[in-house]
Parts: sequence; structure tokens; C-alpha cells
Amino acid sequence: MVQKLDRLKESPSQTAGPYVHIGATPNWVEITGVWNEDLGLVLVGPETKGERIVVQGRIFDGSGTPLKDALVEIWQADAQGLYNSPQEKRGKADPHFTGWGRQPTDGTTGEYRFETIKPGRVPYKDGRLMAPHITFWIVARGINMGLHTRMYFGDEEAANAECPVLARIEHKVRVPTLIASRSEEKGMPTYTFDIRLQGEKETVFFDI
Amino acid sequence: MSDQGPFYQRDRSWHPPAFTPQYKTSILRSPQYPLLSLDNTISEMTGPTFGHNKLGPLDNDLIRNFAKTGDPIGQRIIVYGRVLDENARAVPGALVEFWQANAGGRYRHKKETYLAAIDPNFGGCGRAITDEEGRYWFRTIKPGAYPWPNGVNDWRPAHIHFSVFGHAFAQRMITQMYFEGDPMIWQCPIVSTIPDKKAIEQLIAALDRESTLPMDALAYKFDIVLRGRRSTMFENRMEGN
Repeated sequence: MVQKLDRLKESPSQTAGPYVHIGATPNWVEITGVWNEDLGLVLVGPETKGERIVVQGRIFDGSGTPLKDALVEIWQADAQGLYNSPQEKRGKADPHFTGWGRQPTDGTTGEYRFETIKPGRVPYKDGRLMAPHITFWIVARGINMGLHTRMYFGDEEAANAECPVLARIEHKVRVPTLIASRSEEKGMPTYTFDIRLQGEKETVFFDI
Repeated sequence: MSDQGPFYQRDRSWHPPAFTPQYKTSILRSPQYPLLSLDNTISEMTGPTFGHNKLGPLDNDLIRNFAKTGDPIGQRIIVYGRVLDENARAVPGALVEFWQANAGGRYRHKKETYLAAIDPNFGGCGRAITDEEGRYWFRTIKPGAYPWPNGVNDWRPAHIHFSVFGHAFAQRMITQMYFEGDPMIWQCPIVSTIPDKKAIEQLIAALDRESTLPMDALAYKFDIVLRGRRSTMFENRMEGN
């Protein structure tokens, strides 16, 4: 026998199930009066610094059907590339931007939509800059453990080309699954980021 | 303590795999390509925080936070525990959200069709933020088991869903709590997505007679473990583990 390491095991994941909204966005499923507003609905206020953008898309299963019962969370840096987190040691992030958002996919169309700002660049662990990106975390019925991925910006070709994380993707044909296309909708720069759980164009998911 | 390094690699043999055919919905919703392994960057080692001021006084009281005409029907229980990391240290300031069916096994959700009755006094959601020692607690009624469309006769054991934010987005997790002594745990296609029996047992809350409220409510203890971080012993700091 040797000495014990006394470490614990991470609690195993279980699916969020079809009714994740009851806990995460109760007002959205008409459980009103318990708390005033669902967390993570609003990221941007009048004093938030940075370019206002919309990020939208759908999540498709292996048959090409959009998920209408998923929950999407995003986590991103502010316009200067700083995270609003006590773990951020490089400086103080914009106090008017939490960087965290949460939205259900629409029960009819399967679309999710965030109004946010375009994040600045953040360094990789060796100091090289990563391209601007938004972290995504997706849970739903049938997903046994939340899926992590990243959205990159289609109009950041130079930054994307030198991003050390995108460079780690062995099959270059899969890189475009992480890049959102930019368009204008109702005067707002809009990035469309569709996520595919399976198939030839399966999104790159991360084991972080 | 050195709250600096990247998080320990996830033990994916402890968690359920994505593709678990006995749970049919997972078949078309499970990624099939390998995940891209990424040692944590700042993007994963940071995460949102939620102040105690976000919470209302009834947020952790599911018996009262939706009540209209009286208390909800069902077995009154208290659920309490600690949020720890893999180094067995408390995680203070963690937002813990929970949701559940009512005593009859019916969820308050517009897409729910099970014939068991809705309880007019039960919403089924609550939340808490852990204190300095990582503790959380809430009061609720024990949820009922219910049938669900998978096989023609599959049932979920009584359970409460948990969503937990630690200090970093890398720790983000959702899981479910089961109840000690429930034979239905071992018949459930969702529970059995977890391959290791010891891992399943980690999700079973213990009945705790010493924490019951006499003549009022039973108590169940449910600790939650989030990922732990590597120490930085030979880097900038020498604070040890």
C-alpha cells in the first residue's frame, strides 16, 4: 500500500433533460414571480464599451433537425480582451459587461440569439494572441455532458489564420465549423453560428 | 492555496459517454468526431460570478417560492451539502440552481404532457450561492418518479436537477441528484449512461437523520465536486497544495 492522494472525483454529469428551462430560465417557461428576471438574458447596457453585435444560430442533430429544447450559454472577453472574473489577473474588465449570457433555443424555430459586443483578443498560454472568440456551452435532452465549443468571427481572417487554438485542429477542413459569417440585419452586425452535433460538418467540440 | 494552474484533465471514463443507445435521444445528439483537447487558456480558467445580492429570500425555499393558496403537496425535505473541488477544498460563492418535478412526478413546463396533476403551489425551481465553506441548502418537497418516452415503459427515479457554476467556465456542470434507497435508480436508462457504479453512487444523496427537522422535514445530504486545479509549485508561487 502507498499513501493516499486524498483527491475527490468530479461529480459525474447527467443530461440537463427537456425541462432545463425550469431551473435556468423559469420566466421563459411562464414560471413567474419566483425571481424577477432570468439570469444571463442581457449582456449589454448603454455604458458597455465595444461594437454591438448579434450572435444567432441553430443547433442541428444528426438528422438535420434543429434542437428546440436546448440551452446555450456563452462566455467572452470584453472589448479590450479582458474577462469580468476574479480569475482575470491581467487587468480590470469593463464593469458594464458581464461577459456571460444564457438563452434557450426557440421552442418553434430552434433559434438562439444573443445581443452582445465583439470581444477583444486574449493571449494563449504562451503569450501569442488568440483570435477573438466566444466560448459556447450547450446542454439539452440527449446530451449527457455539456458540449464546449468556440465561435470565431468570419471577418477576422488575419487573426483566425494565426490563432494558436485553430492551428491545433488537425483536419483543416473542420476549421470553418467554428467560424461565424457576418451579415447586416436591421442595421446590426449579425453573426450566424450554426452548430452541428453530427455529420460531415460536425462542429469541433473541445475537451478543455 | 494556489488557485492558479489549469484544471485537471477530465476523467471521461467517470462521466457518461456522449453516445448511449439505451437513452435514445443521445443517438442523434452525440458528437462522433474526437473532441479537441485543449489545455486551459484564460478563456476557460475564468468564469462569471454571481453576487449574493442576486438572490431573493425565498430562492432556496421551493415550498414557499411559488405558493399561491398554501403549501405544495408532498414529503417535506431539506437538501444540503457542500460544493468542493477535486482537491477537497470548498468552493465558496458558487451559484447552484436546482429544478424538479412535483410530488406526483409532473413538471411545470408547457411541453410536459404527463397526466399527473400540476400542483398550483409548486413551481419547481430554486437557487443558492455557497457560503465561505462551500455550503448550500434548500427546502422543497420530494419529487415523484415519472414515466418518460424512451422505451414503452421507462421510468425516471425521483431526482433533482443541479446546475453549478464554480470559479471558472471549465468547471461548469449539470447533473442530477438521486435519493438513497430508491430501487428505480438501477432501472433507469439515463442513470445507466454512467458506466461506473461508484460514479452513480456519487449522485445518490444520503438520508441524514441528524439533520432532519423533527415533526417537520427529512434531510438529505448531497455534496457536489467540481474540477480541481493544478498547483503551481515550481512556477511563480510556492504555496503548495
